[in-house]
Amino acid sequence: MLKITNLKATINEKLILKGLDLDIKPGEVHAIMGPNGSGKSTLANVLSGKNGYEIEGEISFNGMNLNDLKIEERAQKGIFLAFQYPLEIPGVNTNIFLKTSLNSVRKARGEKELDTLTFLKLIKEKAKELNIDEKFLSRQLNVGFSGGEKKKNEILQMKLLEPKLSILDETDSGLDIDALRIVADGVNSYKNKENAFLIITHYQRLLDYIKPDFIHVLSAGKIVKTGNADLGEQLEKTGYANLS
Amino acid sequence: MKNQDLNINKEYEYGFTTDIESIRAPKGLNEDTIKFISNIKKEPKWMLDWRLKAFNRLSSLKEPNWQKPKYPKINYQNLYYYSAPKSSSEKPKSLDEIDPKILETYKKLGIPLVEQQRLNGIAVDAVFDSVSVATTFKDELTKKGIIFCSISEAIQEHPDLVKKYLGSVIPLSDHYFATLNSAVFTDGSFVYIPPNTRCPMELSTYFRINASETGQFERTLIIADKGSYVSYLEGCTAPMRDENQLHAANVELIALDDAEIKYSTVQNWYPGDKNGVGGIYNFVTKRGACRGKNSKISWTQVETGSAITWKYPSCILQGDNSVGEFYSIAITNNYQKADTGTKMIHLGKNTKSKIISKGISAGNADNTYRGLVDINKKATNSRNYTQCDSLLMGNKCGAHTVPYIKNKNSTSTIEHEATTTKINEEQLYYCNQRGLDQEEAVSLIVNGFCKEVLQQLPMEFAVEAQKLVAISLEGSVG
Repeated sequence: MLKITNLKATINEKLILKGLDLDIKPGEVHAIMGPNGSGKSTLANVLSGKNGYEIEGEISFNGMNLNDLKIEERAQKGIFLAFQYPLEIPGVNTNIFLKTSLNSVRKARGEKELDTLTFLKLIKEKAKELNIDEKFLSRQLNVGFSGGEKKKNEILQMKLLEPKLSILDETDSGLDIDALRIVADGVNSYKNKENAFLIITHYQRLLDYIKPDFIHVLSAGKIVKTGNADLGEQLEKTGYANLS
Repeated sequence: MKNQDLNINKEYEYGFTTDIESIRAPKGLNEDTIKFISNIKKEPKWMLDWRLKAFNRLSSLKEPNWQKPKYPKINYQNLYYYSAPKSSSEKPKSLDEIDPKILETYKKLGIPLVEQQRLNGIAVDAVFDSVSVATTFKDELTKKGIIFCSISEAIQEHPDLVKKYLGSVIPLSDHYFATLNSAVFTDGSFVYIPPNTRCPMELSTYFRINASETGQFERTLIIADKGSYVSYLEGCTAPMRDENQLHAANVELIALDDAEIKYSTVQNWYPGDKNGVGGIYNFVTKRGACRGKNSKISWTQVETGSAITWKYPSCILQGDNSVGEFYSIAITNNYQKADTGTKMIHLGKNTKSKIISKGISAGNADNTYRGLVDINKKATNSRNYTQCDSLLMGNKCGAHTVPYIKNKNSTSTIEHEATTTKINEEQLYYCNQRGLDQEEAVSLIVNGFCKEVLQQLPMEFAVEAQKLVAISLEGSVG
């Protein structure tokens, strides 16, 4: 599904990713761990197409060259990024944002846009699955939401948009144990043979709930070690320092 | 990552011209022109005298020059002051008699005047260049004693009301453009709501400039008698032309005891092309008097068009406990300029005013909020709250906030908040990541920014206004 070959990314003349390779197949869950400043969030930004990076190397997503696509085109083709710090947009009703978003994606997929009633029915169902109070949906997008509420809202959007590749950028940071469980349940319930996950995290904690197929350790812009779920537990004990 | 192709500036949708034979006054500003206007409208002598008085005052007045947007000198002798479709020289008695070309024009503008297609629950007065061509739902309103007609008709049919209130809020020699309007005004709407009557539908006027080299001098007068309520909306469009056309309107509102007037404007005059050529000079005087106790006047404006917008819809809060409100969205793109705001003059006790202004500037445009809050010595326990927010898109536009605050009463309070922000790249990124393209994202964020004002608009127009906000900013973020 996603094949990254020798990816280099530079921002403000600083080389952050220094030749990264990664291969993700449908149905797989990959975790990226690594110390602060190793380039984890940069990888998420680059995959989503955020402006400001100079890119070298290849990123192929279901046969398409991602570098040719705009941010919204990548989103429409099925790349979803759950933000580490979801943005507040004052004055914009959450429901309206979600409906606009869903219909943009549906339109790009050649599906019929949903009318308000059908949408509301759908979103209420999805919100219930994640234990999100309906009232949240009529509030301004992320405005005055707690950290946990913002992250749950990201997972809600993921389940609504049904992406092929979901990138979770430190979704576990700032979550209490209950919220963490809800987020993990959300991911697990969406996981299937067709889609894939790239989970960026500092800690093993989230991986206790979402079992990864592969764990990659990113250090100084390169993947220095790849292993199975056990690698996480090992890292928790020994830290990153002894790796490279 | 790939730069968006956003150079496609959507064409101004209402820029077409209707090819129609018209009757014009001879070019130039002089007594003969004024007599021509008064004569063609078959006005009584008192009206002509009033106009001539204004014209004589004009020579002692100078055009104001304190405003931020400067404009080339207007040659007043080179303008037509009256232009009307020939077919309407005798005012048509029914809609069947209106020139089909005019009906077609309004249909294209989304304002159907014909019976079967009328907008639900909205009565429309349609003003084409210098004359009102049709007023809908008149009979239904008459049954309630509500008068809704063109000002020309009101001068004929309701002279006592016109004499009593015309010029009572904007005096004859108030300032250059107001006085010019008093001398040469051609048409506009007249509304009278009788005591204890709630107007059952939205009243609206749709102004259309069609003829070239013509100034439009609209005059509107709305009186809400004791205990009455009315909501009124005006919309405006004009063809695309290289010349700058002048629209100098006077709007007077009078609210008596316990009455409320809600006045909304969606202004979409031709803004000029993207190099700043052409467009309407929108120099407008709008003032409301809360003359009675517990009265309320609320102005809402969405200003997206015009090359230059220069207006300060104001409230004179004379009656005790009266309330004035001003909600404004001013959007300037390309080379548009706006200098707009309000004046809240507190004279009565316990008077309250609220000002919410949202200025959005893009391209090379310049946007100024200018407002006066003046609390008089006798206006005890009065309050004002002002909030001015400016949003900038790109590096070449400007936003300015010029509040004048005078408080001569120690028991009164004034609050002023102001913010200036640039459109947030991270917010755009977030929206893009959710599948929204650049235009959709800008529209969503800007509509959110304007929400407090948009929600003041009557429901039927709020959706239109949201679309207009989006269209006005197309191509502004690259």
